[in-house]
Amino acid sequence: MSEDIYKEIILDHYRNPRNKGNINDAEISAKDYNPVCGDKLTLDIKLENDVVSDIKFDGEGCAISQASASILTEMLMGKTLEDLSKFSKDALLEELGTPSLGPARIKCALLSLKVLKIGTYKYLGDELPKDSDAEL
Amino acid sequence: MSGNILRDIKNDFPIFSRKINGKNLVYLDSAATTQKPNAVIDSIINYYKNCNSNIHRGIYSISIEATELYENARANIGKFINANSSHELVFTRNATEAINLVANTWASQNLKEGDSIILTEMEHHSNLVPWQILAKKLKLKLNFIEIQPDGELILDKLDDLFQDNAKFLSLTHVSNVLGTINPIKDIISKAHSHGITTLVDAAQSVPHMSVDVQDLDSDFSVFSGHKMLGPSGIGVLHAKEPLLENMNPFLYGGDMISSVSLREAQWNEIPWKFEAGTPNIVGAIGLGKAVDYLNQIGMEVVHKHEQELYNYAVDKFSELKDFKIFGLENKHSTGGVISFSYSDFHPHDIASILDGESIAVRAGHHCAQPLMEKLGVPATTRASFYIYNDQLDIDKLFNGLQKVRSVLT
Repeated sequence: MSEDIYKEIILDHYRNPRNKGNINDAEISAKDYNPVCGDKLTLDIKLENDVVSDIKFDGEGCAISQASASILTEMLMGKTLEDLSKFSKDALLEELGTPSLGPARIKCALLSLKVLKIGTYKYLGDELPKDSDAEL
Repeated sequence: MSGNILRDIKNDFPIFSRKINGKNLVYLDSAATTQKPNAVIDSIINYYKNCNSNIHRGIYSISIEATELYENARANIGKFINANSSHELVFTRNATEAINLVANTWASQNLKEGDSIILTEMEHHSNLVPWQILAKKLKLKLNFIEIQPDGELILDKLDDLFQDNAKFLSLTHVSNVLGTINPIKDIISKAHSHGITTLVDAAQSVPHMSVDVQDLDSDFSVFSGHKMLGPSGIGVLHAKEPLLENMNPFLYGGDMISSVSLREAQWNEIPWKFEAGTPNIVGAIGLGKAVDYLNQIGMEVVHKHEQELYNYAVDKFSELKDFKIFGLENKHSTGGVISFSYSDFHPHDIASILDGESIAVRAGHHCAQPLMEKLGVPATTRASFYIYNDQLDIDKLFNGLQKVRSVLT
């Protein structure tokens, strides 16, 4: 990989993260950790009638993981609970504009999605499907 | 540069003629694994082309040749670390397997509930996890020599640790993250005066400096071939002969026996007692060649070269804003390793952008998560040097780091 993965959209969200922070009374709240890089991420989602009314992420990590989380929060605002559980990694990667991240960095990009899936399934009281996008 | 001997050394390593992203490779990850010179690669090719056969007990010419090459490699490597006899060297896959061998043989036989094992906070996972597992199994206690922020061990409380039923001490000679050279000769001598058996993880020292196992007086020493120009999949356990004699085998099967009946078997002599099955013959031969190559240069030259590069890099990088080298205050360093943080840039971003310049560095916890916790960082970026690196590599790294800043800010 080279600096080509640092597209303008990623650098923009890395330098000016959107929706960064916490929601204390969030319905969906989850965190995860990428032991390889030490990336940490929490995601809080406020639902009104099963629709995302507020969303915040917090964490520390590389530009890819933090920008991906920031971009994901923008994509999820106003989405339904069903949208959340079906949200695909392809949709996120397309938005990131970096389809060829390579095996070393893909986990960074998909950490936010993994946290979303963990939180959503926990909220729904379901087991994470083994073959889901969360199985990254 | 340390004399002319290293001037054209990159020519000995075919990988440096490769272009990556149109640029020459700047390889700064030798603490993870080293590149291989033609001499080592040729010895591997020669073995497979000219004398491939199984060793020991072959009555025909090529098997006798192969056996000689394998056993000469053992003798050669033994001399390199000044072992008392080549019978003290057991070939393993790597340093990790050698540590597991000791944990499963000597330590399992000799340690009992309530005994304690002393480790340090700077251990690589390979010298930590096997002891965690053994401690759980045998109800042993693990005690740790702490480290200071500059990477040096805190040795004031050593006596307390010794007196806490300590029977075994296992520690690294050189830190893979900070390059700290631990005063192991002194620690081993003190440990021995308390009747404590010692193991030295020499994976980061044997490749970079002259190591004399008799002078250190370590009971066990382990290292890996691939970190010293040799092939991967070959490593060494060195142990004092009486210890090996009294240890049970680690793995069972062919070659480690002297005679077998249907219901029982007698073990072979040391060191073959610990080498069950067909070993990594070509790995041992390749490592023997790597030792020849290092001997031609001289370990003093290797060590001096790395220290010169380290000093050059430290001086050069002092021009970079918000650049912090871990363990910089530490006076006892091999000079082979620079672990750093750079502004608030994440190590993976730094490594990715440097990769675009064809510069290979390592980013992460370097298989030493407890040490990262102690340093207060989730990860660092590490540049590590070897004989084939030069000041131009450091200059390229410097330029690459400036590019990192321009991309990320």
